[in-house]
Amino acid sequence: MKCDHCDNEATVHEVTVRNGKKVERHLCEVHAAEAGIAVQPAGQMGELIKQHMAALTQSAAAKVTACPTCRTTFAEFKQHGILGCADCYKAFARQLGPLIERAHEGGVKHRGKVCKVHGEGAADAAAAERRARAQRLSRLRAELDHAVRAEQYEQAAKLRDELRAMGERPPQDPA
Amino acid sequence: MTGGPYYPAPPPPPGPGANEHLPEWLRGEGEAADVVLSSRVRLARNLAGVLFASKATPSDRQRSMELCRDQIASAGLAERLAWEPLAKAPPQNRALLVERHLISKQLSRGKSAAGGADDPRGVAFSIPDERLAIMVNEEDHLRIQTIRSGLALATAWADADAIDDKLEAGLEYAFSPRFGYLTACPTNVGTGLRMSAMLHLPALRLTGDIEKVKRAASDMNLAVRGFYGEGSEAVGDLYQLSNQTTFGKSEAEILSLLEAEILPRVIEYERIARRELLAKRRIPLEDHVWRARGILSNARLLTTEEAMQALSLVRLGVLTGVTPAPDPAAEVRLVHLLWLYVQPAHLQRAFGREMDQEQRRAARAALVRSRLGRA
Repeated sequence: MKCDHCDNEATVHEVTVRNGKKVERHLCEVHAAEAGIAVQPAGQMGELIKQHMAALTQSAAAKVTACPTCRTTFAEFKQHGILGCADCYKAFARQLGPLIERAHEGGVKHRGKVCKVHGEGAADAAAAERRARAQRLSRLRAELDHAVRAEQYEQAAKLRDELRAMGERPPQDPA
Repeated sequence: MTGGPYYPAPPPPPGPGANEHLPEWLRGEGEAADVVLSSRVRLARNLAGVLFASKATPSDRQRSMELCRDQIASAGLAERLAWEPLAKAPPQNRALLVERHLISKQLSRGKSAAGGADDPRGVAFSIPDERLAIMVNEEDHLRIQTIRSGLALATAWADADAIDDKLEAGLEYAFSPRFGYLTACPTNVGTGLRMSAMLHLPALRLTGDIEKVKRAASDMNLAVRGFYGEGSEAVGDLYQLSNQTTFGKSEAEILSLLEAEILPRVIEYERIARRELLAKRRIPLEDHVWRARGILSNARLLTTEEAMQALSLVRLGVLTGVTPAPDPAAEVRLVHLLWLYVQPAHLQRAFGREMDQEQRRAARAALVRSRLGRA
């Protein structure tokens, strides 16, 4: 299969689902790198990740997905060993789980101090979720506003999709 | 909270009897202070709903800084708290904070993706004791650090835990029941807790047994690092021993592993090595110590590393009784003070002017001579 952007063989395949629609991208290494999808793992946890990725590439899980909140891809994490936001832990839970277990002497679940929001008799967890959601919505709206003013329509469309995915009606939306 | 810049007063032009200000980790007090300089606890925390450093825009960074700073200021964390904004802070001031172990080199530099030196960030620390320091917008939004002199990890942990509770009362942390406290790097996830002890191990280095200690530590999943933490060499025979595992173990388990199991053994090894040097290799030990004193009392040019290394042997000489000292505790404090003031930023502050490397070497030698020279 050829790369979406040139005649080279596509070696990186990305499938994302947005609003129930499947979006496929097929890229060669060069264009994948340009799109922020690194192929070579490096950095702090590089070795460990490499081993896990070798196992994972044999399954469909190897398809590149991005964190819906910060758009960090797992390839980016592989390269730098750093996550983009708290939601990356949810987005990459399947890949990160075994990785974290290995890095922490086989620990499988958090033990120790529990954040008040999640602890017994603490403030309502749902309320915390709502606050976090409100914080995220305000950021997305600000970014959308910026993208529209900078005439970055492709970016604006992505942000509108995200706002819709969060059940919000984006501003300046005709619907 | 006092708005920056706050800096401890430099010692008056080098001379004995100055009113000298030592940070907690160099005070030389507490349990096992002959081997353990200080105990440190660090907690990594992030705000829910705000992107981590790698993906944050300058306005995200500004927001996380303001949220953290405002809560730090209003939470009643210490009797006196100084706040140092680091965006646009002069490099000399930032270097001083690094040398006092109040901020990391990483925080000093700022996140290059977020504007480097202009990256919104800062540090709050308790004054004048410097037992508490909270870095804002480092790799994680919050890095809480508590330090105690000597072997006192349990106390340092209790301090950090209480500070964490007070901050959480007004901030919403990123937390998941499965992964615990969520951090930018998964090596810190879970408790977000790093406990470490700063150890002075000159005798183990002289006997060569330090390598065994390092191997044993790494077998137990502990990290052995140098004076400045991650990626640094052991200057002045100073080593930081810390836990690597932050996930799947409770704070109490990590504490007990270090304070009840590992550290007492390392302390005992160093003490045995000191006794053995005295009993079986007294002359070579005396030679090491007196040569070091000779360098410090006579050299006209000194690098930081050379000065710190020689000071390490002076400390060993005092603690083993090789060099007679009327007041050993005062002599040890002097070594600690010089360990701090041979660092470039402290040195320049003590002399009240900026100096290039060659000038600093001369000034460093002059400072040390004036304190340790017999003439």
